[in-house]
Amino acid sequence: MIPVCLTTALPPGEATRIEAEEPIAVFNVDGDFYAIDDTCTHQDASLADGWLDGCSVECPLHASCFDLRTGKVSGPPAKTPVRTHRVVVQDGMVYVQPGITADGAA
Amino acid sequence: MSPTIAVVGAALAGLSAARALRDQSFDGRIVVIGDEVHAPYDRPPLSKEFLAGTASLDDIGLGAPDDEELGLEWRLGTTAVGLDRVSRSVLLSDGSEVRADGVVLATGARARRLPGSEGLGGVHVLRSLDDAIALREDLASASRLVVIGAGFIGAEVASTARKLGLEVTVVEAMPVPLAGPLGAEMGAVCAELHADHGTRLLTGSGVAGLVGTGRVEAVELTDGTRLPADVVVVGIGAIPNIEWLADSGVALGNGVLTDARGVTNIPGVVAVGDCAAAWSVSAERHVRIEHWTHALEQPATAVATLLGAEGAVPASVPYFWSDQYGARIQFAGSRREDDVARVVEGSCAERSFLVVYERDDVPVAVLGMNQPRLFTRWRRQLRSAVPAPS
Repeated sequence: MIPVCLTTALPPGEATRIEAEEPIAVFNVDGDFYAIDDTCTHQDASLADGWLDGCSVECPLHASCFDLRTGKVSGPPAKTPVRTHRVVVQDGMVYVQPGITADGAA
Repeated sequence: MSPTIAVVGAALAGLSAARALRDQSFDGRIVVIGDEVHAPYDRPPLSKEFLAGTASLDDIGLGAPDDEELGLEWRLGTTAVGLDRVSRSVLLSDGSEVRADGVVLATGARARRLPGSEGLGGVHVLRSLDDAIALREDLASASRLVVIGAGFIGAEVASTARKLGLEVTVVEAMPVPLAGPLGAEMGAVCAELHADHGTRLLTGSGVAGLVGTGRVEAVELTDGTRLPADVVVVGIGAIPNIEWLADSGVALGNGVLTDARGVTNIPGVVAVGDCAAAWSVSAERHVRIEHWTHALEQPATAVATLLGAEGAVPASVPYFWSDQYGARIQFAGSRREDDVARVVEGSCAERSFLVVYERDDVPVAVLGMNQPRLFTRWRRQLRSAVPAPS
């Protein structure tokens, strides 16, 4: 597990990027944490820099939208989903388990 | 019999309208008519990755795996030539017609051509996929490119051609490029990217004509200068595709005239995307917007009215971007001539900055170069500050 930050350091509506094999973006949606690949599948841009709207993030460059829960594309021009990663909150700390999807599949 | 909605236009606005109809639970027949033979594709890469050869046709397709479930009836390679307002029928170039209960006009715009350039080889505009393929082929064997017009399309083509190793000259009639969208001060800053990357920019230069028989050899300026050219790209704006509606009774101006939601003067007919000039509450006139995000988002509101919803117009902030010479330029908001531009982050010299445009000390627009994170925050803030139109 990769430690991300204290839960208090990532308030609702905010996102942060952590370095892993591939960079991962972690989001706080009204107290629920989600992690997806940080790099937009359309072009090189950081989704942690994007526009968070509910459970959807809009790429800061070309407006592609992804569902944080599934990684699926919810708006063009991207066509390929991003990977999700499991988030664990323990003792006030946010962790990410890269390689394990949000729904628990390895 | 289940109702039919005809969507005239198969680019981003038309596809977005069709998707929005299904999103809003319309389960009738949807016929999408497109004059190009190609399935919907994304236009922004045409001047960049697709032109450079680093993105394929497959890469730029707008189709999604789930689109099969939309159950759309495609009439591609067929041009709409008329609209019968009484029977609400769309007349097609092959002599057939589509009778519909609702019609979405999404015929877009076409590139404005330089008068007198017809039939001259090596002279291009860039709007469609076929335009891009033809230009790409021509650039492959060219060494000198002249771009007429230093707007976003012209700048992006110049940028791509430089990357391909061509010698590039951009000719702009106005004293400062991009003064319309960005203001003279910031237009000049963005135009400095040309010189940074070895593109020659000539401003305040009118084009007298093109020189060559059969194929273009040079561009002649009004001051007599001749710029030798193997290829010329004309990027001087776009014209809405509305002539086919001339006898339809649909009110036309600089585009199909609609209210703020996209509703035309003909019941059951709405217009979206680049072909539509919607009433703007803030500008107090009809405004035709050519932005990608507008074509993506606006159709949902327009088709809701076809389905009988009295939906309010969602608050939105105009947004567009341009990628050129590796720089990301982003703009959001509504700028007027006397707004004051203030650098709030970075510096123009570093080609990394955020500029806020203020009117009476209130931010009304924002421009970023290579500042996507900060820009997005400002864009969001602008939206939250926009009162919903009444």
